[in-house]
Amino acid sequence: MSYYKPKFQHPKLPKNSLGYTVADYDGSISTLCAGCGHDSISAAIRNACFLSSIPPHRIAKLSGIGCSSKMPTYFLGRSHGFNSVHGRMPSVATGASVANRDLIYLGVSGDGDTASIGMGQFVHLIRRNVNMTYIVANNGCYGLTKGQDSATADLGSVGKYGTQNPFEGIDLASLAVLQGASFVARSFSGDKEQLEPLIRAAMAHRGFAFIDVVSPCVTFANNVGSTKSYAATRDNLEAMPVDFVPMREEIRTQYKEGSSQTVTLHDGSIIHLHKASKDHKADSREDALMALQAADRTGKVLTGLLYLDPTSQDLNHTLELASQPLNSMGKDELCPGSRVLKSINEGLR
Amino acid sequence: MRATDTTNPEYFHKVVDCQYACPAHTPVPAYIRLIAQQRYTDAYLINWESNVFPGVLGRTCDRPCEPACRRGRVEEEPVAICRLKRVAADFKDEVAEMLPKAGPPNGKKVALIGAGPASLTVARDLAPLGYELHLYDEQTKGGGFMRSQIPSFRLPESVLDEEIGYILDMGITTVFNTYVDSMADMLTKGYDAVFVGSGAPKGRDLPKLPGRKEADANIHIGINWLASVAFEHIKEIGKRVIVLGGGNTAMDCCRTSRRLGGEDVKVIVRSPFEDMKASPWEKEDAMHEGIPIIDNHVPREFVVEDGKLVGMTFEKVKAVYHRDGRRELVPTGEEPEFFPCDDVLVAIGQENAFPWIEKETGIRFTSWGTPIINDDETFQSTRKEVFFGGDSAFGPSNIITAVAHGHKAAVSIDLYCQGKDLSKRPPPDVTLVGQKMGIHEWSYDSIPITDERKIVPLEDLKKSLSDRMVEVELGFDPETAFIEAERCLNCDAQTVFTDSNCIECDACADICPTSCITFTQNAPEKELRGKLIVPAENPEQDLYVSGKLPTGRVMVKDEDVCLHCGLCAERCPTAAWDMQMFFYNVSKATPNLVDVK
Repeated sequence: MSYYKPKFQHPKLPKNSLGYTVADYDGSISTLCAGCGHDSISAAIRNACFLSSIPPHRIAKLSGIGCSSKMPTYFLGRSHGFNSVHGRMPSVATGASVANRDLIYLGVSGDGDTASIGMGQFVHLIRRNVNMTYIVANNGCYGLTKGQDSATADLGSVGKYGTQNPFEGIDLASLAVLQGASFVARSFSGDKEQLEPLIRAAMAHRGFAFIDVVSPCVTFANNVGSTKSYAATRDNLEAMPVDFVPMREEIRTQYKEGSSQTVTLHDGSIIHLHKASKDHKADSREDALMALQAADRTGKVLTGLLYLDPTSQDLNHTLELASQPLNSMGKDELCPGSRVLKSINEGLR
Repeated sequence: MRATDTTNPEYFHKVVDCQYACPAHTPVPAYIRLIAQQRYTDAYLINWESNVFPGVLGRTCDRPCEPACRRGRVEEEPVAICRLKRVAADFKDEVAEMLPKAGPPNGKKVALIGAGPASLTVARDLAPLGYELHLYDEQTKGGGFMRSQIPSFRLPESVLDEEIGYILDMGITTVFNTYVDSMADMLTKGYDAVFVGSGAPKGRDLPKLPGRKEADANIHIGINWLASVAFEHIKEIGKRVIVLGGGNTAMDCCRTSRRLGGEDVKVIVRSPFEDMKASPWEKEDAMHEGIPIIDNHVPREFVVEDGKLVGMTFEKVKAVYHRDGRRELVPTGEEPEFFPCDDVLVAIGQENAFPWIEKETGIRFTSWGTPIINDDETFQSTRKEVFFGGDSAFGPSNIITAVAHGHKAAVSIDLYCQGKDLSKRPPPDVTLVGQKMGIHEWSYDSIPITDERKIVPLEDLKKSLSDRMVEVELGFDPETAFIEAERCLNCDAQTVFTDSNCIECDACADICPTSCITFTQNAPEKELRGKLIVPAENPEQDLYVSGKLPTGRVMVKDEDVCLHCGLCAERCPTAAWDMQMFFYNVSKATPNLVDVK
């Protein structure tokens, strides 16, 4: 097996506005199983950062434990990274985002890391609206420990060893909408045309942006009867195409009236959403929940941008924290001394 | 675009750029791998089977393979294919016992006229089948232009003698020192077929240039002069020499002059330097020996004083390129320039000449003086038992082209002598074999190394100029040869795609280091080329298009800069991609002449 990617590139590889090629956003060669959906997500993240011309050193990658949480090694090799404890990435991300709000935070987690051991931390991340993108590579099984059903495995889904899952799965997208997340999307690792613009929009969004990505486990859950196999996901896919237009670019795509919706983000970027139905509104929590429930009832996997509040305010704003990164402040600002402490205490008497 | 038909061997043949560009289609990557494994004898045998003269060609080939080499499209320089071929010849063991012998007589008799590479190839291919072969040449030894035109400092006589010997030892009857002056006579001698491989022996002259007649004693036709040097009729030349012409013969003339007493030797050529016909490396070699190349100078006059050549005048021109690609040399209007000299060598091209083929033989010629030939597969002339090949067929070319002609003509002669249809030709010998050694391992060194092209060491300049028999190039040592061999991308390890296995996980497209693979909706070729991850802008390179996949898309692979690194197949969970070794051997009169495992 190759642990080395040849250095040669296509001589005509396009460059972004920073002069980087997509290869400049590569990481080490993947050690996940050949054909893993997670590798496609890694490539989508790489492509999204390239397309949005984000300087690699302005990104911090965070993860927990699991196949999913190994992923940050395989993209953005020139970015910051923190591989934390199982299910505890949210607390590290929260701390990092308040300490340095200038970086773009990209959390990568899995169904186990988020919906089982990390569930407690996950919901508080949503509640606090931490400014980050949180991607769950959701394969419905514990691939790293030989494929047991995870908490997001669908009721009745058949595992590789032939047993049916007797429990209802946790729907992370519904949970995120319900819990008040300001950006909720769902996608499929095999649909980069949709996943890339969603990641770009999530990174441009101010606040907590959640993307639940169905990512087939090619080794333990790609069998007949598994609801998260490549084939089953494609059969049941109900995709709402998304376009992301950064602030500086002109809008080219034309949509039929009534079936699309345009949302402008705080930085002036625009999202075009091709909706599943005319009535669906992407800025309504009720509609998002209804659409998710309706699709779920018929066994469909509804993907696309489900809910977005473009006016959301993140944790730093809510708590009125320092706008400057802590690492750029001097000793006197960080530790103003006993005189200031005394005056604060006086003010509380 | 229609799905690619990979069952047609020509598709994968074209992917192996070097082999496809080679007139004889030598399986280049196969022998380069053998060199890396230090299996020099096997590497030599594969070459010998295909191009008959590996030792000669490893020093003198025009190397059409190298500009075609894929490596030249992903970095600066192609693999030094030609000099690796020489490595195989230099380090091989004794091979004579491994070569085929003459077959039991089949009762058929063939005459071969001219003992150059084309005739020798025909002889080599037909001898194992039991043909009685009579090889005619006016010189004392075989080899044709390989012997008379290529100086010994580029091609030692011992190498030539060895490789010609392998053929003559197959029971060929040689009729040397015999100039064939009548085809009509030849046709009465009871031959079942006659092959003409007599080359393009007539060097062009400048008969109308003023002073030509008066200065005749010091004006020499390049190819005749080189032959006289080779056969030691000429041993010296004047101190100041002008060589006219810009081809490889001109380069051989000037470098030979330097070794025969020429101190001030110049090449003066009509065309701009870049347009010269000589191979770039031959121009470099000449300049390395202190020979200036003066371009854009058209000869005007041989200047004669007291009945003796004293120099030449030239008109200065510049090249103007017209829209239709035509080039015109327009005088600059400057004063003509005078260059003093003692001798002039005229190397401005050569022509076919068949004064010995009579009209009544029924062999007809084009207005260019070349024979009318059935097509470039059969090489049959208008008289059906007479075949042509090498320079005598279509005009001056090179050794490897002559060899390729020889193979085809031998097939035709064999079919003809057996009374079979010449158009029903045997198919090429093709194999396509999976290379998987484990879950993710291949039987070949799949990772491309980044080393730059290695330079062949040269003999000390002073020493090589002092003796025309001293070979200038020293050849690679085994260590350098190994690195150079490892630069080969193994383009014959084909990426074979089975669409029914594909689950469209995108792993191959994501991992490909050179972004060759795209999954997209099918479209006409032009549109499809434009919508790949990196648009496919090299129209000479094919797109590999799969059948329709479950999502309605197709897999499209641009062959242009594929590294054949095998990562697509390693990252494929369903073996939809597989690396399969492709071996293609052109059809020959005697298939499987050598045994290489």
